[in-house]
Amino acid sequence: MSYFIQQIVYGLSAGSIYALIALGYTMVYGIVKLINFAHGEVLMMGAYFTIFGIISFNIPIILALPISMVLCALLGMFIDRVAYKPLRNAPRISALITALGVSMFLSNFFKLLFGAEKRKMPDFPALKGGYVFGDVTIPYKAILTLVLTLVCLITLQIIVRKTKVGRAMRAVSEDKQAAQLMGVNVDLTISITFAIGSALAAVGGVLYAINYSQIFPTMGTLTGLKAFVAAVLGGIGILPGAMFGGFLIGIVENLTKGYGAGGWSNAVVFGILIIVLLVKPEGIFGKNTREKV
Amino acid sequence: MLKVEDINVYYGAIHAIKGISFHVEQGEIVTLIGANGAGKTTILHTISGLIKTASGKIWLNDENITTASGHNLVEKGMAQVPEGRRVFAKMTVQENLEMGAYSRKDQHNFQADYDMVFDKFPRLKERRKQLAGTMSGGEQQMLAMARALMSRPKLLLMDEPSMGLAPILVDEIFSTIVEINKTGTTILLVEQNAHKALSIANRAYVLETGNIIMSGPAKELLGNDKIKEAYLG
Ligand SMILES: Nc1ncnc2c1ncn2[C@@H]1O[C@H](COP(=O)(O)OP(=O)(O)OP(=O)(O)O)[C@@H](O)[C@H]1O
Ligand SMILES: [Mg+2]
Repeated sequence: MSYFIQQIVYGLSAGSIYALIALGYTMVYGIVKLINFAHGEVLMMGAYFTIFGIISFNIPIILALPISMVLCALLGMFIDRVAYKPLRNAPRISALITALGVSMFLSNFFKLLFGAEKRKMPDFPALKGGYVFGDVTIPYKAILTLVLTLVCLITLQIIVRKTKVGRAMRAVSEDKQAAQLMGVNVDLTISITFAIGSALAAVGGVLYAINYSQIFPTMGTLTGLKAFVAAVLGGIGILPGAMFGGFLIGIVENLTKGYGAGGWSNAVVFGILIIVLLVKPEGIFGKNTREKV
Repeated sequence: MLKVEDINVYYGAIHAIKGISFHVEQGEIVTLIGANGAGKTTILHTISGLIKTASGKIWLNDENITTASGHNLVEKGMAQVPEGRRVFAKMTVQENLEMGAYSRKDQHNFQADYDMVFDKFPRLKERRKQLAGTMSGGEQQMLAMARALMSRPKLLLMDEPSMGLAPILVDEIFSTIVEINKTGTTILLVEQNAHKALSIANRAYVLETGNIIMSGPAKELLGNDKIKEAYLG
């Protein structure tokens, strides 16, 4: 039993990262109906920015993280402006292919800049060890990960549900023209969505680096893909769905690994995706609502 | 208040609006009538900045708004009740009204406006917390109108507000339009229900495949034989 609980702890920790990334996919999809495949690369860049801040400029992580969030937010907006905005009215497949292109460009660009090899994340002595409850250890890293993630999730919910910007984001994702008729600056609102999603990805990237103690230019690829699966599982475009999907995948993955089927973990994750899509194509939280016309 | 000068609008190769000019004076109800596909919605979308003109000018008061960003026009006193209501289905009635007030500078002083719209549309008050998408067509139309009023518009564009509603509701909507006009809002009303529109409007323009083919005081058009035949059945 305690072994099982231990795996759940690891699963929640890994799931936090997926949830943070999945939110970015789902927010962007919700507002521009685009699967932003470059989102995984934003996670990677978030990790690089933070670690370079720490190593090269001696910035404490508590400062390096928000700086990296801001840089990623700007980058996310920049990617949208340069790569996606010109294609807003083009067929969706064009934007999708562009997203794949941006993703490959960024990971290869970082390979060129920093080399393909894995870099070690500096150790944080404060994060060594953890709380021990009988046979279960809750690593400090896991606590940090969960707490930081929950703070992000709650902040995001407040922004989206309670603020004017959040209302504008929801309005734009429902009906761009109607939103504009209310006086909403649609392009700006889309930019803000990219910025918020990218800032969350930066947090995810840093948490990834802390938990797995390494960074490399393609670190965002598989993590991003699984987070994308999480977003689809939960119901793409639905924020609580993305959070739920993220945690679900983290837990499933760690249980598969923990019970000796580590080689199968990706197969299980994608297997679940296939089953959910067959049974409920709109995702676990997805509603097949029909609106009155 | 509003002046449209010789505008041309295209959808790709389709020439939807072919050099149209008209004007709306302060305090008026002006109606634009025409059959399906005549270009009525296109004109309203163009005025609201959702579509760009190929040529021509649009003036709001004395300001040239031809190339203004659409989202700035609400602040300048213009609101639209779009065709098909277009309420935000996944938002509550309350949130839809807040969206209507999005451009307002005084973001916390809405109570008087809520009182005003709930006075006009009491049904909305009971349904403040309801998701707009779950309301009936008539209720959604009321919400769309209330939402537009929340910006305190000086000029209100309305696109077929009576579409798809039961006759009794149609009467209610039209008397509300008159009421809104009486409290100082100028109205440009697009309608297929020509009879109703002409009976409340001061002046009217008749649109046919992107051209204005007739215009004049609404009462005159109401008695015009050609209009009777084509639009009043
Ligand atoms: N997005 C679009 N792309 C191409 N053509 C369009 C588009 N929107 C409208 N049109 C065309 O422009 C013309 C005018 O359309 P519009 O919607 O303005 O007519 P309308 O007078 O509002 O009609 P209705 O009474 O049916 O609402 C029509 O021929 C229509 O097919
Ligand atoms: Mg129309």
